Amino acid sequence: MQPFELITPASVPDAVKAQAAASTAQQGAPVRFIAGGTNLVDYMKLNVETPRQLVEINGLPLDKIEATADGGLKLGALTRNTFVANHADVVQRYPVLSQAILSGASTQLRNMATTAGNLLQKTRCVYYRDTAYACNKRQPGSGCSAIGGHNRMMAILGTSDKCIASNPSDQNVALMALDATVHISGTKGERTVPITSFYTLPGNTPDRETVLEPGDLITHVSIPALPAGAKSLYLKLRDRASYEFALASAAVVLKTSNGHIDFVRVALGGVGAVPWRSREAEHALHGKAATAANFRHAAEIALHGARPQSQNGFKVELAKRCLTHALTQAIA
Amino acid sequence: MPKDDDNGTPMTSLEKLSRRSFLTRAGMAGVAGATLTVAPLANAAVEAEPKRTDAPSAPIPGTMPITLRVNGETHRIAVDPRATVLDTLRETLHLTGTKKGCDHGQCGACTVHVNGERANSCLLFASMQQGKEITTIEGLGTPEKMHPMQASFVEHDGYQCGYCTSGQIMSATAMMHEKWGPNDNDVKEALSGNICRCGAYPNIVAAVQACRRNNIA
Repeated sequence: MQPFELITPASVPDAVKAQAAASTAQQGAPVRFIAGGTNLVDYMKLNVETPRQLVEINGLPLDKIEATADGGLKLGALTRNTFVANHADVVQRYPVLSQAILSGASTQLRNMATTAGNLLQKTRCVYYRDTAYACNKRQPGSGCSAIGGHNRMMAILGTSDKCIASNPSDQNVALMALDATVHISGTKGERTVPITSFYTLPGNTPDRETVLEPGDLITHVSIPALPAGAKSLYLKLRDRASYEFALASAAVVLKTSNGHIDFVRVALGGVGAVPWRSREAEHALHGKAATAANFRHAAEIALHGARPQSQNGFKVELAKRCLTHALTQAIA
Repeated sequence: MPKDDDNGTPMTSLEKLSRRSFLTRAGMAGVAGATLTVAPLANAAVEAEPKRTDAPSAPIPGTMPITLRVNGETHRIAVDPRATVLDTLRETLHLTGTKKGCDHGQCGACTVHVNGERANSCLLFASMQQGKEITTIEGLGTPEKMHPMQASFVEHDGYQCGYCTSGQIMSATAMMHEKWGPNDNDVKEALSGNICRCGAYPNIVAAVQACRRNNIA
């Protein structure tokens, strides 16, 4: 691990100022925020991340879950995954978020990991993790060892010919389906970004993963209230029963009236370069009868345009069945 | 001829290598370097160290003084900022009950309690845990007076080679006050962050369930 200096700012503005000294807030940033550290410390040990300075933000007052004026919830950036998943309001009103968080990692990691840290969780692409290999995300312009390599776990949606890494988070798939908003403090003040605009597709710049600029500190994530009677569910398919990343997952929120769908949001995990919201599937479902055939039709549409690699073609059908089953189970 | 990082002058002998540049180079050797070299040196900073002409009794450059609470005791030590709780426990405090397995938060062998909640000590920088109460397997019970979960692991033979056992027991004692259902499957899910290569799982589940049934941990 490269040596680093630890800085402990006393306030959000101080933290913003400390990170703003870096040239970037993206991959390779020389100044990094650290809270739980479950992801960053791992990558520092692998020399994938080599920050000169760590800005420890655990002391900042961002660890609460609060009700919002519109009836939703506001999760502090430093709320721990275990705390969020077991919070009564989350369990009762947003079961999809609780289920998604509890399906990821282990209790040890969830006790340490934070809401905002999970938002920025790095890919588990084996070539990104190993500095012996070429990786455009880790080292722009070096090439992609995953394309034509071991690509069974890689993404099939939103990829480019520069990067096929999948986003590993479960929490963020649920936050996509919940239409969350990311609250950011930066050098120019505070702003909010819908989570659907927070992540950037790899394109020609896979090292850039979010809209974050130097100094940007995520302070909260807010979730709007769901319509009365809406149901939500997270379904995760993986190689083993627990403590494993998704091959495919689906987060769904839907409400039916007289058997017809009048509210629906759909997101997929394990298959996208970013947590994958499918508005196309939502349009296909809106106003339709809540039948297995319509669910399957929406799933076909959600996977339209999937670009599988040599070893992950199975993910196309797996993701379709995952989404179909999640929708069926949610209204059962 | 290689140049010294600090002053740019040619190096004529190893003596000209500053401790900082030595530590930097040792760290660049990777995780193994950080583990084997930095933590013992950090330890040396607080213990009486043989006098060396180049740096008499001064703290090792690059280390920081911290206060760590472990098993109810307060330790004032100097650590490299890179030292994890795991390495500090084992190499500086000589509490070797906590085991290093994967060192990447994947195996659970290094599980300790931080303020009563279990965590992977390999992913925690020691410098960030000041003011927290850390409990290791040594703080749970002694061979003479075992914690009920330790006794239950013995009774049910919940180990084979034993390397993962302290992490398993730290996880198992923590899950007693977490929200889990009553079934074996709930124990398996709760302990899925602790990997046992031998496959002692059935006995581990039995040991945990015995404690839970009798509500004794």
